[in-house]
Order: sequence, then structure tokens, then C-alpha cells
Amino acid sequence: MGWVFKFINSSIGKKFMMALTGSFLLIFLVIHLIGNLTLFFGADAFNAYVLTLDAIKPLIRIIEIVLLAAFVIHILNGTRLWISNKKAKGQRNQINGSPQNSDVFSRTMFLTGSIIFIFLVIHLGTFFWRFNVSDPMGFADEHQYYNMVVYFFNIWWYAVLYVIAMVLLGYHLNHGFQSAFQTFGWNHKKYTPWIKKIGTIYAIIMALGFAAMPLYFLLGGGN
Amino acid sequence: MTKLDSKIPAGHISEKWTNHKFNMKLVNPANKRKFEIIVVGTGLAGASAAASLGELGYKVKAFTFHDSARRAHSISAQGGINASKNYQNDGDSTYRLFYDTVKGGDFRSREANVYRLAEVSGNIIDQCVAQGVPFAREYGGVLDNRSFGGAQVSRTFYARGQTGQQLLLGAVSALNRQIDNGSVKLFTRREMLDLVIVDGAAKGIVCRNLLTGEIEKYSAHAVVLATGGYANVFFLSTNAMNCNATAIWRAHKRGAYFANPCFTQIHPTCLPLHGDSQSKLTLMSESLRNDGRVWVSKKKGDMRNPNDIPEDERDYYLERKYPSFGNLSPRDISSRAAKEVCDEGRGVKGGHAVYLDFRDAINRLGKHVIEERYGNLFEIYETITGEHPYEYPMMIYPAPHYTMGGLWVDYNLMSNVPGLFILGEANFSDHGANRLGASALMQGLADGYFVIPYTMGNYLAGDKPTFVNTDHPEFDKVANGVRDLTNKLLSIKGKRTVDDIHKHLGRIMWNKVGMARNEKGLKEAVDEIRELKTEFWKNVTIPGSGDDVNQTLERAGRLVDYFELGELMAIDALDRNESCGGHFREEYQFEDGEAKRNDEKYSYVSAWEFTGENKWILHKEPLEFEYVKPAIRSYK
Amino acid sequence: MEAKKLNLTLQIWRQKNSKSVGSFVEYKVQVSPDASFLEMLDEINNELEAKDQEAIHFESDCREGICGTCGLVINGRPHGPLQKIATCQLHMRNFKDGETIWVEPFRAKAFPVIKDLMVDRSGFDKILQAGGYVSVNTGGVPDANSIPIAKDQASLAMDAAACIGCGACVAACKNASAVLFVSAKVSQYALLPQGQPERYRRVERMVKVMDELGFGSCTNTYACEAECPKGISVSNIARMNREYVLAKVKSKEIVD
Repeated sequence: MGWVFKFINSSIGKKFMMALTGSFLLIFLVIHLIGNLTLFFGADAFNAYVLTLDAIKPLIRIIEIVLLAAFVIHILNGTRLWISNKKAKGQRNQINGSPQNSDVFSRTMFLTGSIIFIFLVIHLGTFFWRFNVSDPMGFADEHQYYNMVVYFFNIWWYAVLYVIAMVLLGYHLNHGFQSAFQTFGWNHKKYTPWIKKIGTIYAIIMALGFAAMPLYFLLGGGN
Repeated sequence: MTKLDSKIPAGHISEKWTNHKFNMKLVNPANKRKFEIIVVGTGLAGASAAASLGELGYKVKAFTFHDSARRAHSISAQGGINASKNYQNDGDSTYRLFYDTVKGGDFRSREANVYRLAEVSGNIIDQCVAQGVPFAREYGGVLDNRSFGGAQVSRTFYARGQTGQQLLLGAVSALNRQIDNGSVKLFTRREMLDLVIVDGAAKGIVCRNLLTGEIEKYSAHAVVLATGGYANVFFLSTNAMNCNATAIWRAHKRGAYFANPCFTQIHPTCLPLHGDSQSKLTLMSESLRNDGRVWVSKKKGDMRNPNDIPEDERDYYLERKYPSFGNLSPRDISSRAAKEVCDEGRGVKGGHAVYLDFRDAINRLGKHVIEERYGNLFEIYETITGEHPYEYPMMIYPAPHYTMGGLWVDYNLMSNVPGLFILGEANFSDHGANRLGASALMQGLADGYFVIPYTMGNYLAGDKPTFVNTDHPEFDKVANGVRDLTNKLLSIKGKRTVDDIHKHLGRIMWNKVGMARNEKGLKEAVDEIRELKTEFWKNVTIPGSGDDVNQTLERAGRLVDYFELGELMAIDALDRNESCGGHFREEYQFEDGEAKRNDEKYSYVSAWEFTGENKWILHKEPLEFEYVKPAIRSYK
Repeated sequence: MEAKKLNLTLQIWRQKNSKSVGSFVEYKVQVSPDASFLEMLDEINNELEAKDQEAIHFESDCREGICGTCGLVINGRPHGPLQKIATCQLHMRNFKDGETIWVEPFRAKAFPVIKDLMVDRSGFDKILQAGGYVSVNTGGVPDANSIPIAKDQASLAMDAAACIGCGACVAACKNASAVLFVSAKVSQYALLPQGQPERYRRVERMVKVMDELGFGSCTNTYACEAECPKGISVSNIARMNREYVLAKVKSKEIVD
């Protein structure tokens, strides 16, 4: 088994793990977005969706564990990469020429990723914790999931935080999507331009889709 | 005096090499490990030799002054490599390649060597393909060929315009493999500064470590020099900045004969000078002359824009003088003609350049055809000059490109110093007075892959050279001499810079020992070079120290040798009272300006023995042409 | 032919040796727009030497963009502002009169500065010496035409083989990753039939040495491709990734 560890600790292996976990998260985001779109169909639709998930709890728990593993690996591995890459570069140039040779999305993955991580902690603390563990405000106890969402998204700074995080998520995904293909070794003259376009469309849909929710409620939707 | 023994094997020319390979002595595989060989230079010849000798089991030490073996100047060769594979079914054969090369060299090369070169040329292509060299291919998957100057068959293999690069990377990959498995040790950033001879045989070298300045000694059973040519004696040439003659020159001063130093090739299609700060000249592929027309104004000092000069005021001098070959006249002839019109003051705006015009070709064939054929070359031209050749004629001028001369070697590629072998451009053997296109790569690899592995064994098994340790007093003596030279250079502290003096030398060489030479000019050159050398030793300035990286010191050391080499080139040119190939003596020409060879008196190799400052003795190796009878080259 | 000279201010990195601390030194120059960037440095050096001051050390050789010896970071960009050329092919007409130009060495931990603008790129050779070859001895090889290779396949291999080993990819990369260089060599052989027998062993060993030498990890910014003087494609990196994973999964030999 030694070769497996050697592989995942090699420079290519580390990247491979980023792409593998990243791809899983890309799929998760699609499901997460589709589920949450029920918010736009009112309280009953959303609450019913949450209760459906509740009904298949054991399955969801397994998925959550895998998801957690994916997040942890993605974040820790990404941080490790960032540190070792900083070290490999050493002294930087006096003049930063990178805007002329690469796009901003690719250069800021650690930054956007870090902010998304902070967001993730807040997000989980707000919703996951209250849904699953304890909700001092009592929304969850009465299955008033929808009202809880409405409550938080009506706090303006909270909604704005969400929107900003989602824009950065879009940045992160725009690079991450096509980057995963490259890391897996799928680069082809014919298809790579499509993959890049699909990645951008995917990133825009995700960013817009998730940002639409706080905006919708903040601007008085759902009342 | 040593008599020059070329050691050409007996028998019919087509059997010489085969017989010789059988007759040569062999080293038992188990004993090869006991022999150490030094290879200096990692270009095509050096890298292929070091790799092949390493594969056989010898302990090889390879040296380069570059940071990596891959930087050697072979990498810049563009066009291709000749081989008589006859893949095109167009009548090529070993004999035809041999014939073309002897004739192309204007009957001043050694027949037996050239035949062997042609004989192994096919093996080179096989070897390179097996190494993964991505030669150009046809749709059917077989290798593609192009045609090149001096031949009527298509026998040139190529990898885009980067054939030299790909062949060198192939040879370096073979070298890397031997480094990987331990049979070759590569020493980078080491410049060979002297040869160590003990009891008359080459036993090692002394190098300067270019990073630390340390003078290092290395010993071996035999020494191979594959250090390239000396065109940088002209300062401006198509050679790389660091190409130099130091290794072969210092070997020469230790006793190795220098052969045909005056045979230099001036390439007609290079970019002209732009100003005093110019550091080197860039070659533009000769293929441009297929569609470009060469011309200058009929008026002296015509300052008009070329597109404003009407047709009847243009002089298409190559078409005028050589109607049948026209713009495709051979290198030496085209170069001389360009110099002539510029000397008359009719060069571009009175300067040193002629036009290479594609206007007519564009009108005839359409811009897209020209773009397809020469697009990348036009781009290179535009990058360098900032001018667009589609709208404005190209400007070109001849530049020193290759040196056919080099250290004298016998058929085994060994110099007159036992144990000292010379390969590639550094030796003199195969190209005579003029080299054909796509033959330099062939020679370098033939020497390294297919000649030295055999002849080295013969020397080691036959002569049974002893191994001398680097603590032998001779090593110390030589190393101290190198140290003294370095210290002497650093202590001068004069006013003139190394480049300034080198440029000065270059001007003398170019004007008097360049494309066209005459007795008066050559004599003046000898005096001027001696004078300049004296000034150098009094007035050069070399900042920095000797125990650190010091590029100025490196250049100064090379320049020291160029004075002497330049002088010998002039002396050799003076001795050779005839015109042949790249050597054109104005006194020896037909009425129409064609070169007048003198086979009766000068059908020999001039091998110069160094006997002391400004003193040489000439040894002559007579050339016999049994198979290709000398004839006049005419291109009218 | 004489064009108006440009007045430029140069900020050039000077560093005595690998151990000392470097800094920028300002030089004012007047230079012909037809001169190349390196010829401008030659001129400055000539003036410095005339004043018995040490020359600015930089490396160059062929000055035709093929040997890969030269390499400066000019205004933050390896080989300067133009694409697909090496530093030696950059000419001064691409700069404006009165401009300030910052000149630095290639920056990477694996490319330590030797002196001024010279860096040590020997790591590249160490990688190539760990399998960047086909194991065939001289002689005893089949006829060159015995194995047909499709034209487009040979052409792709040539695209990869065109690498000049200058190190601009490493200098351009914010991670100082060498994958473009390594993948170009891996690709050349992976694309050719001659490279197949050692296909897996080669990529595993080369990547291992690359990692040991302290080059960074690729994060797909593609700055390398943008700055490569030969335009080597990042599709080679994808190919190497694939080869490497396949080697790890399929090869029966365990390379550590």
C-alpha cells in the first residue's frame, strides 16, 4: 500500500486529490442547489423537502460523511499545496507580471477557497447545526425550516455576506471545473474549449442560483 | 620532424572502413571499465561520443563550459542532416553522397574519410529515430526528405527548422542515460584551458571551474576534443557567443597540428549589421533564395527607399553574372558577389547590405504561397528587424558561419599527438575547402557514434597507454601555467575592454582574411594582429577576480587564442596561392571572377606545427584523388 | 537605417554571489531601437568594464532563441513582454522612450541565483537524467523506416520536443513548478512508439526527481504556456498527469 501514499503525496498526486474531491463537491453543489430551489416555491415545498431528507436520514448521514471527508481533504490538501508552493517560489519578482500571463481566477484559488471556508463555517453553524443539533430559536423543533431561512436572509449583512461568498464561489468554480479535467489528464484540442465554457456557465449558474436565495428574501420575496 | 601518416587503410574505397574495423584491435568487455576517457564538448560529436563510449563500458568524463550539455551550439543548426538512404528512389547511394561531398569541398578533403562519412550516414538516421528524434514524416508514416544545395537528390532529413536541436537533444538523451547508469560523469561549467601531455601522449586536461574559478586537473587514458569551430575569431559570426577555439588552440600549442586554418565558410544570407553594438549575426535559411531576388541599386550611395527605385535602376547582379544559377549560386560565390557590390558603394543606402526581394514572387505566386513557404522565416526577420518582408525587401549580408579547418587528424580521428582525438567541426577532415549544407550534423554524429567507438578501442588495445595520475608533476606544471595566465590577464588593468579589442581583431580578420584575400592584405593582417596582440597585453582591462564567476575573464582568455589563430589563418591563406572553396585569393581567379584552383601545387592539407610565439612549421599531407577526379566548379 | 535612440532607465538586479543579498541598481542608457535587449546589456557592460567595474553577469549563447541559455525577467515577465520569443530575440524597439525597465533573474527556490542575473538550472538536467531518454545503445537499431509513425503523431511529438529548456515556465509559475518542462519530455516519448517500452518507469522516475528538487506543484494557471518561447502546450501537462496516474495504477514495477 506504500505506493498509494507515495502517489497521493507526490506533486501530481496532491493535485489529483484536489481534482477528485473537487469534482465530488461540484456534483454535490448541483444537488444542493436543486434541493434548495424549493425555497422559491414557498414554505410548504421547502419544509417538505427538508422532511424528505430527514426521512432517509441513514443514507444522508453516509453521504454527509463522504462530503465531510471530501471537504477536509480538499481544504487541508489545498492549504498544504499553497504552503509548499510558496516555499518553492521563494523570493517573488519586484514587478508582478502575472496579470499578463494568466487569469485572476486561477491565481486566487487559495484566497477564494479560504473565504469560502469561512463562509462554510458560518453557513453550517447557522443552518446545519440548527437543523440537526439544536436551534435556540425553536424554528427547527416546529419544522419551521422555511421561516428560519427567511429570518436569517432578512438580516441584511447576513444576506450580503452570502452574496459575496457566492460570487467568490463562482470564481473558485470557474477555475476549478476545467482545472479538474486538466489534472485528470483530459485535455483535448477539440473538447477543452467546450469544457472551459461549460465550466464558466456552471460557475455562473451556481453563483447566481445560490446568491438568488438571500437576495430574494432580502428584497422582500416570499412574504 | 614527424611525418604525417594519415593511416588510410588499403583496399578499394568501399571496403576500407569494413576492413579497418576488422583489423582494429579490440578491448575485452571486462577490461573496458579500466580505461578512462575524457571528452571535451557536448555538442553532436562530443555528446554522441561520450554516450557511445560510455555504453561500451569505458569510464568517461565529459566536459562542457555550458550549464547543461544541451546548450552546445549544434543546437542552432536548422536545415537538416544528409544521409544516403535513397528512400526517395531518386538514385542516391553512398557513392553519390561521397562524390557530392568531395566535389562540394572543392577537392581539398581526404577521400577515404569522406567515403566513410557517407557510408555511416544511414546508420545515423536509424540511430536518431530509435532515440525518439521526431523527424518530419509523410502521411504514410515514413520519413520525409527535402533537397539541399550541392546535390541533385533528396537526401536531407529534417525536424522542422530545428534539426540540429532535435539531433542534439537525442545525443544528449543518450548521454543522460549513461550519466544515469554511472558510466559517464558530466562536468558542467568547466572550460578546458590546457592539455596535459606526458611522454608524448595526451593524458589529461586542465580546466577552470567557471563558478569557483578553481583550476582543476583531470587525467585519463585518452582525450577527445569535440569543441566546435572558430568562426568567432571574426567577432561577428553566426556562431554562438561562447563558441571558441581555446581547447583546440591550446592543444595545438602543446603539439597538435592545425590543418587548413584558412578554410572558413562565409554564409551569404545573414541579417546585416544594425550598429556598433551588434553582438552576433543571425543566419536566415538559404532556402529563401529559391524565390527571393538579390539586387542593389545601380547608383552608388543610393539613399532612396527600395520600393522607390525603379526596375531599370536595379542591378540583379547574381542573375546578371551567373545567368544559369542566378540567385541560387553557391554560398562562396554569392557571398563574394555581395561583398563586391557593397565595396563599390552600391549596398543598401551605401552600407553593407543587399536586398533580397520577394516582390516578384509575391506577384507571381500570390502572398499566401510565399507565406506558406517562408512564413516562419519572415516572422523571425520581422522580430529582429521590425520590418515586414512582404512589403519591404529583406536586407541580407554574408557572415562567417563555419570553419572547415581544425586540428589535423588521421583516418582514426587521432591527431599527431597519440591519445588525442578530435571530432566534429574541431577537426579538419571531411569538408575540404567548403562544406555543403546539411553535412555538418552528419559529420558530427558520424564521428561520435560510429567512428570513435571503434578507433578508440584500437588505440587503447594497440598502444596500451598508461594512466597518469593528476599528481604527476606535469599536471602541476600545466595547471600552474594556466593560473599564471589568469593572473597575468587580471593584472594588466589597462583601458580597453575585451570586446573592444575583439571587435578590432574581427575587423582586421573580416577585411583582410575574410571573403576575398590578397597577399598585401594578408601580410598587413599578420602585422596588425601582432600589433593588436601587443596592445592587448598592455592595455586590456578585466575587472573582477579569478576566484569567482567572471565572464569578462572568460572572454579575455578566448581572445588571447584568437590573436594567434587569426595570425595563423592569415599565414595559411598566404601560403595557399590558389582559390578554392571558402578560400578566395584575388590574385588567383579567372577573368570572369571564378576561383582558380591549383591542383598541381596545392592539392595538400596544410598542417601547421606550432614551434613558438609567431612561429609555425608547415607539414603537407598530399591529397590523392583516386575515385573523384578534380574538375573545375562552374556555375554559369 | 539609423533610428532615433531611446533614453531608458534600467533597474537591474545585482547580486555578488549565491550567498549574498542582492538589490536593484539603476543604470541610465541611450540605446538604438534596433539593438537587442542583450546587446543593450553588452553595451552597459562595455562601459562598466572600461571603468574597471564588474560586468553585469547574465547568460546567453546562440542569440537566436534556440539554445535556451538566456532568460531574464523583464518587467515581471520571463523573456519580456512579447510572446513566443526568448530574451535574446527581444529588441529595444518594443520599449518606449523614457521608460523604466526592471530586470531580474528567474525566481525559484530550485533555481538559485549564482550571480546577478545568472541562475542555476541544473535541476532540469537531473530530471532528464532520471529517464528522459530511450534506452537504446549505438548500433543494433532497426531501419529508420521500419516503424511507421503517423504524421500528426510525429508532429505532436515534435511540438513537445521543441522545448529549449530555458526555464521560463518555472519562472512564470507562481508555484515555481517545472511540469511544463518535464511533461514536454514525457510527452515526446509517450507519443512515439520508441518511447513505449519505458513509458511508465520514465514518468514515475522523472516526476519523483522533479519533486525532490523542490519545484512546486502545478495549479493550472497556464502562465507557463503563455510565457514559453516555443509555445509548448499545457496539454502536455495533462498527458503527463494521465501517464503518471496510469503508471501508478498499472505498472507492475514499484518505483520509489
